[in-house]
Amino acid sequence: MAEAASVAAESLAGSRARAARTVLGQVVLPGEELLLPEQEDAEGPGGAVERPLSLNAGARSRVRVVCGPGLRRCGDRLLVTKCGRLRHKEPGSGSGGGVYWVDSQQKRYVPVKGDHVIGIVTAKSGDIFKVDVGGSEPASLSYLSFEGATKRNRPNVQVGDLIYGQFVVANKDMEPEMVCIDSCGRANGMGVIGQDGLLFKVTLGLIRKLLAPDCEIIQEVGKLYPLEIVFGMNGRIWVKAKTIQQTLILANILEACEHMTSDQRKQIFSRLAES
Amino acid sequence: MQRGLDSETKKQLEEEEKKIISEEHWSFIIEEQSFLLCEDLLYGRMSFRGFNPEVEKLMLQMNAKHKAEEVEDETVELDVSDEEMARRYETLVGTIGKKFARKRDHANYEEDENGDIKPIKARKMFLKPQD
Repeated sequence: MAEAASVAAESLAGSRARAARTVLGQVVLPGEELLLPEQEDAEGPGGAVERPLSLNAGARSRVRVVCGPGLRRCGDRLLVTKCGRLRHKEPGSGSGGGVYWVDSQQKRYVPVKGDHVIGIVTAKSGDIFKVDVGGSEPASLSYLSFEGATKRNRPNVQVGDLIYGQFVVANKDMEPEMVCIDSCGRANGMGVIGQDGLLFKVTLGLIRKLLAPDCEIIQEVGKLYPLEIVFGMNGRIWVKAKTIQQTLILANILEACEHMTSDQRKQIFSRLAES
Repeated sequence: MQRGLDSETKKQLEEEEKKIISEEHWSFIIEEQSFLLCEDLLYGRMSFRGFNPEVEKLMLQMNAKHKAEEVEDETVELDVSDEEMARRYETLVGTIGKKFARKRDHANYEEDENGDIKPIKARKMFLKPQD
């Protein structure tokens, strides 16, 4: 970490923009500018290198790059706005450039369109439910946004219920709106989350770590005993098992696994498996 | 009182717009705040060891779509087999035909002991008398 910090400090002091490709996986700090690959040739050492394609501007490669969370567009470059490690994903099917983003850690959730979240119904006013999702304002959820809901056939939702839904509108200018159906009108597991169980809060980075395709923690947890988990991208996890004790054990494991090494985790799981 | 902009400020604005447009030609950078594009995340609802069978079915569906694998085990048990289908169609023709038959033709649609419709007899048409 000390090395990474000194490298970052050097680059800030020198105020040279670094190439994004060289910084992948390293810590970046807010305020740094990153160059995209195609611009590295132009900004050669000393700046006196001839630009190879300067005569015909149209022949310059147009690559569509997506800048994800933690990055902003600044002219032709990427500006870092959060501290964390820079990541890159190659494009899967042809549309060039790929995605760059910063893997940062935070506890406060900001609503993002398309995210699946767990919300708590706080109020019911007319045809709209107000759902607390952990953001700056409660999201609104219309009673028609459930599968099979019509004006006569209203969904059975009370104040205090847990809802698993996704955002359809989420920007800094408007109140967030969520729904419990997808674009085809099917629920796909969204809607009111059942009775019992326990809801607790974790950091956003842990949720993404647990939902990664090759997460060992989830595989190991699944072997312990029958259980059900729902992950909300707003840092909320709901768990349910057959007895209260099992539910509490599960909640403690998930909260603690953020700061444990894989050895410590294996120890704990083996102890649990014995008992 | 002056409405609108000066010719000078107008020119400046136009120049700035042209600059922006020509810069954008070089590379398109799109801003997205969602992590869905960045990382392949699994579906958020999970159930293990049969605690909630519907959620387990959903898990298979959603994660299979995600990985673009083909679903190998199709549930054939719920589908109707071909023989069953042919049998139903056979009797169906009879029952729907009954609906549109005239009263005198109802005799043609008598039912067998098993409830299956008997094959239709030849209709009695007008026969021209032979000399």
